[in-house]
Amino acid sequence: MPLVIDHDICERVLSTAMRTGVDFAEIYGEDKRSTSAGLDDGRVEQVNSGRERGAGIRVVAGETTGFAHTSDLTESGLIAAAEAAAAAARQGGGGTRTVALTRSSHQPSNDVQRYPDTISKSAKVELLTRIDEAARAAGAAIVQVSAGYGDSRKRVLVANSDGLLADDEVVRCLLRISAVADGDTGLQTGYESMGHTIGFEVFDTVDVESLAGDAARQAITKLQARAAPSGSMPVVIKHGTGGVLFHEACGHGLEADHVAKGASVYAGKTGELVASPLVTVVDDGTMAGEWGTLTIDDEGHPTQRNTLIEDGVLTDYMWDFLRSRKDGRSPSGNGRRQSYMHLPMVRMTNTFVLDGESAPDDIVRSTEKGVYVARLGGGQVNTASGDFVFGMTEAYLIEEGEITAPLREANLIGNGPQALRDIDAVGSDFAMGGPGTCGKDGQGVPVGTGQPTLRVSAMTIGGTAA
Amino acid sequence: MTDASAGANAELQALADKVVAQAGPGEQLEAYVSRGGHTEVRVYQGEVEHFVSAQSEGIGVRVIRDGRTGFAYAGTLDPSAVDEVLAEARDNVTFGTVDEWAGLAEPDGVAPTRQTLWNDDLASYATEAKIAMAKELERLTLATDARIRVDDANYADAWGEVAVSTTTGIRETGQENGCYVQVSTLADDGDETQTGFGFSVGRNPDDLDLGRASVDAADRATRLLGATKPPSKRLTVVLDPFVTAQFLGVISSTLNGESVVKGRSLFRDRLGEQVAADAVTLVDDPTDVHAYTATDVDGEGLAARRNVLIEEGALLQFVHSSYSARRAGTTSTGNATRGGFAGTPGVGCLALALRPGTRSQAELVAGVDDGLLVQSVSGLHSGVNPISGDFSTGASGMLINGGELGAPVRELTIASTLQRMLLDVLEVGGDVDWLPMRAAGVTLVIGDVMMSGA
Repeated sequence: MPLVIDHDICERVLSTAMRTGVDFAEIYGEDKRSTSAGLDDGRVEQVNSGRERGAGIRVVAGETTGFAHTSDLTESGLIAAAEAAAAAARQGGGGTRTVALTRSSHQPSNDVQRYPDTISKSAKVELLTRIDEAARAAGAAIVQVSAGYGDSRKRVLVANSDGLLADDEVVRCLLRISAVADGDTGLQTGYESMGHTIGFEVFDTVDVESLAGDAARQAITKLQARAAPSGSMPVVIKHGTGGVLFHEACGHGLEADHVAKGASVYAGKTGELVASPLVTVVDDGTMAGEWGTLTIDDEGHPTQRNTLIEDGVLTDYMWDFLRSRKDGRSPSGNGRRQSYMHLPMVRMTNTFVLDGESAPDDIVRSTEKGVYVARLGGGQVNTASGDFVFGMTEAYLIEEGEITAPLREANLIGNGPQALRDIDAVGSDFAMGGPGTCGKDGQGVPVGTGQPTLRVSAMTIGGTAA
Repeated sequence: MTDASAGANAELQALADKVVAQAGPGEQLEAYVSRGGHTEVRVYQGEVEHFVSAQSEGIGVRVIRDGRTGFAYAGTLDPSAVDEVLAEARDNVTFGTVDEWAGLAEPDGVAPTRQTLWNDDLASYATEAKIAMAKELERLTLATDARIRVDDANYADAWGEVAVSTTTGIRETGQENGCYVQVSTLADDGDETQTGFGFSVGRNPDDLDLGRASVDAADRATRLLGATKPPSKRLTVVLDPFVTAQFLGVISSTLNGESVVKGRSLFRDRLGEQVAADAVTLVDDPTDVHAYTATDVDGEGLAARRNVLIEEGALLQFVHSSYSARRAGTTSTGNATRGGFAGTPGVGCLALALRPGTRSQAELVAGVDDGLLVQSVSGLHSGVNPISGDFSTGASGMLINGGELGAPVRELTIASTLQRMLLDVLEVGGDVDWLPMRAAGVTLVIGDVMMSGA
């Protein structure tokens, strides 16, 4: 596979950046083609194609990072961006340094069998019409369906003044389905999605009709929903839907940039018990085909499986390259960026909780009164105070150990360290959840989450019912 | 507008025109060309942590033929890429469903209000001055209170210019720039850490109020120290202007004409009815130059205009693009939105504001017997459903007892429904605050909201 930017050009551009006496320079080159199609209100509204190609150049001098990006990948365009980044970072000094690059032994590899750009657009559009039919067939109450398809094929290159040259190709496919049901109680919504870092062959195994039926069923069920309770009670979270709880309750707080600035409740807690001993949390960028999976991170380092919390004890934070380089430790493969137009920072990949030993049914049966969350929406956290929220988009009451009435949507709120300590049952039915987009400092990146069925002994449910 | 900028706009317009001139028989074409840039300075502990200087450009082409629509874009204005975009968009047309309402906007005779959204002083503002401003913001913030640390202090500015041309006769250009400062704080009292933020926006660096940004950031963090989780109960909430602006952002999606015609708005059958308290008059006015999102034209190139959506509680109209208007049997209200060259037009409010009342936040608080001043909310994207109307968000703030601000509270939620909240509005404050968002802030008092805590 040819590089996004030639080896020799990378060397000359990095040498130009380093000529001004800075400490570090890096090129991130990207060439991305994407296709998307949207169906709404029974019509394929349009098929879209996109092309984004460019490079971001980062130069570090002392404590200062300079960054510039360009869509001009000629040598002169890259040199101009390198000079701009170096000027932004420079704090005086001079000297000369040439850069010699060695292409990483980590050759780009993926198991993609059918590249989406080789698949006809009509095959993609057909997925959407099948979804529309299946969702509408789920019940007469379904009054509206929208569905979206997206794929991307992105070639990336990272070259830096330490001599690193790494490249990769990332292929992703995504489907989103949303259904609206109408009834005596007004409108209700259902949502399902699937996304994988894999080629179009994913649709050979994914049952899109069943996914569409699930979205429709959620909306129809919620027509009978009562107001969610208000106040503190036990919460059981169905497997494969609640990983976002850990993404918010501890994931962001374990990002080394928050920790270094003392803006995380988990700062200085390595080696301490920060969660129930039932809890082991892992961030793993290597999981085959998952939404947050990458061969190399966006600073050119191989992703890996990092255990963050083991049996309740905080083992390590997640690191980007620059911070680990400064601290003299190895990077953890968590340096990511939205695109060549963005600076990399510490980000999660696929974050999940490992299996425990409880039978999932027993967890529900042993809950006298509480809420069963069958599907979570997004969430948000304040890493410094630890307070976090997440939405429940499909939930039911638990009464005397049985799942009973459906509930209307609401947010749940908790405090990260407290919620982790309050986990009193972890099931043995681990599953990954749907694709997520994690936002931080204005950048969105694809992430995966997963967990077995588990229970938090007390969380505040933000409903309106007494 | 300066001669130099007029030249840049003419260049973009010429490029858009060149694409549109290639339209074949029976083919509608739209070319949207834009170019922009931003500067971002982040300071931490007296040093520049990062300095970003970035420019980008691109083109999006929409093709409509026989009732079908196709679109393609590229993040470059390189001539070969532009040709490829047109070819891709044409290819994409064949896969759409025939839609009798598909089409581009047609000139409607409404002349755009020409506002001054470009400031030469900002365009030529020196890099050193930007860095100095971020450093000064950090220094001022640290000086407010010994318990305050600064997570980051930022100066940012952005500029953009755009041209849109269509085969239906639309030819418009626009150009704007703006800047803001923002600071994030941490307050420690030994046991816990709370966070705050402050900012100031303007079209000119002289507009930026560093003092206010620093004091707001310090106050927001320090007044939450010692906050506890309150018991659950129903009470009156007083929304801080920043929170009100976010609330209006949610309300705006219920007034979206496309959601209405597709049966996705909870107000779809309520035109002309009383949907809010008498105190509520809601206006979308992108021709008000105070609005951060003020604009002369909308995302399709039609004149942006002042639209009264709710008047003294009565729902007067929805906002429309040319597409949703054709489907609804009405005319565009100039509310096509566009997320840059990579997207096709949507529908939305452009610069929403509540008609202000007369009283200050302090006066409003003094009139509340049992309430909560909501300083911040979280999880608006996860706990609010603008289709069903369910509203539930995380919140923090100060309890109000007998008209006095009381203990700080956190780790709580406030919940109601959008329908109820509009009807339960008790008063709108007089303290309009223009924010870097699509809606203006103002203090808002809403009765009978459920607060969930312990």
